[in-house]
Amino acid sequence: MYTFSNRLKIASFILMAVGVLGIGAGFLSAPSTVEEAKAIVASHDDGHGFHDTSNNHGAEAGHGDAHSAEHDMHVLHQLQNKPWSALYVAAFFFMMIALGVLAFYAIQRAAQAGWSPLLFRVMEAITAYLVPGGIIVFVILVLSVLHMNHLFVWMDADVVAHDTLLQGKKGFLNPTFFLIRAVIFLGGWILYREYSRKLSLKQDESDDNASFKLNFRISAAFLVFYLVSESMMSWDWIMSVDPHWFSTLFGWYVFASMFVSGITVIAMITVYLKSKGYLEEVNDSHIHDLAKFMFGISIFWTYLWFSQFMLIWYSNIPEEVTYYITRIQDYRLPFFGMVAMNFLFPVLLLMNSDYKRINWFVIMTGIVILTGHYLDIFNMIMPATVGDQWYIGIAEIGSVLFFAGLFIFWVFRALTKAPLQPKRNPFIEESKHFHY
Amino acid sequence: MASKVLHAYYNDDDVLMHAVKKVKAAKHHIEEVYCPFPVHGLDKAMGLAPTRIAITSFLYGCVGLTVAITMMNFIMIEDWPQDIGGKPSFSYLENMPAFVPIMFELTVFFAAHLMVITFYMRSRLWPFKKAENPDVRTTDDHFVMEFELHGNEAELKALLADTGAVEINIVDKNSH
Repeated sequence: MYTFSNRLKIASFILMAVGVLGIGAGFLSAPSTVEEAKAIVASHDDGHGFHDTSNNHGAEAGHGDAHSAEHDMHVLHQLQNKPWSALYVAAFFFMMIALGVLAFYAIQRAAQAGWSPLLFRVMEAITAYLVPGGIIVFVILVLSVLHMNHLFVWMDADVVAHDTLLQGKKGFLNPTFFLIRAVIFLGGWILYREYSRKLSLKQDESDDNASFKLNFRISAAFLVFYLVSESMMSWDWIMSVDPHWFSTLFGWYVFASMFVSGITVIAMITVYLKSKGYLEEVNDSHIHDLAKFMFGISIFWTYLWFSQFMLIWYSNIPEEVTYYITRIQDYRLPFFGMVAMNFLFPVLLLMNSDYKRINWFVIMTGIVILTGHYLDIFNMIMPATVGDQWYIGIAEIGSVLFFAGLFIFWVFRALTKAPLQPKRNPFIEESKHFHY
Repeated sequence: MASKVLHAYYNDDDVLMHAVKKVKAAKHHIEEVYCPFPVHGLDKAMGLAPTRIAITSFLYGCVGLTVAITMMNFIMIEDWPQDIGGKPSFSYLENMPAFVPIMFELTVFFAAHLMVITFYMRSRLWPFKKAENPDVRTTDDHFVMEFELHGNEAELKALLADTGAVEINIVDKNSH
């Protein structure tokens, strides 16, 4: 049995406390009037060097002439959205890790994989975070529907009344159906997670393989549900912040992001537990396999990122290409930085077979991959909600710290609930002897 | 020059693996193992040096990438400048997204084909080459372990019979 070390527990509480302070500071510093918004924009233009120069030029040009009231109101709304967006990006990112691990776990179950049963408890502990993480994301979505924030512009009845395109999408994109869908998605994922975990624990105590077989069947069924629900979730919770724009491979793209982040976290927690003397049976070959997945899915993510980019860049249709023009003009550093972190780093660092077995190498690459995929979500949400008023400041870092603390606390608490090694999984012997 | 070699026959890859480990533990040098299919882990058990084909593959990939960049730059930018996607910038870098599929494909093409050719040459396999395996059964369901004999015939025979060999022959072999 794993015991949650006090040091780690205290660290997770400190992360949460610092995070709450950061989130609070973000909300307090958000402007409530146009004048305050102007003061913030003025102080940021000379205050920090995070934007590149072309972006500053754009901002100054916008300020120099035509200081219309409409533009000022727009900036005010963007700045008011900023702490909410920061919260939402971080909340979604950590929920997405748990969801990605859930998909990976279901694939291991459905494929009856022989190498991975030793890691099942780690995966189950990570997916435990889906309950609080999913509920927090859901609460943010409900608050959006209640107009506490303006993350989703199509929720504003006024906007829809003047927008033919949004009127055409009203049958799908309306607050009621949006929340009903969210309940179905989260309900389905959490139901599978809890039931599969129950069967997994029951299998340890039973004399036959009935629980194992049932788990196999529900995992296969869950994957069908997951493919559809994850794709629709990505349209709902991410793509609809830009309600005019759409991409047909968006669901896959978000899936690749969550899958690689999830696998990375499995590898990192496994390495951590091994370094503390747990999971003795897990050998370098298991880490090697996880690192192979990190490497492969990173390339898969890049393939989807590029496929989405190239078709839109090539055709250059105004209503589509505006999505990338915003990102390349206002988000140049995070947009291209993310490609370096999510593609170049994993490819170069994990290409060599031997490096995939060096534990600290896997951890270092994992940190880069996780940061890169946080930026990926950042780039998906922020351009629509805060526009060129973005920067990674107290609100963003505070949100990440808070959810990181909650994630660590919840996952490691779940690890203490059951023995780290499944006893009666039929493939446990194969997993112990797994060797590349 | 002809030399005497010993051939030990096995009809199961697991038995063969155990035999190889046992023979290595007894400090005998295995000249070669002929198999009808690749046996996972056999190279490590035989103590062969790890393959360097991955390094050649990486280098060939770099060659392919360079060829793709040079070729597309010449064809599409320098020799006959093309207006790609309504963006007549005539710069390789600005039109790069359009060339990425070609860069990728040629990298893979060069890496794969040159690696296979390297493998064949290194394994001394070329068209009309006479087969080296000592017995046609090694292309069907038998595995043959080959030893060179230096007066240790009796000792080897006893050891091999113990490892589950189904047949042990001593033949003359013309070295290549």
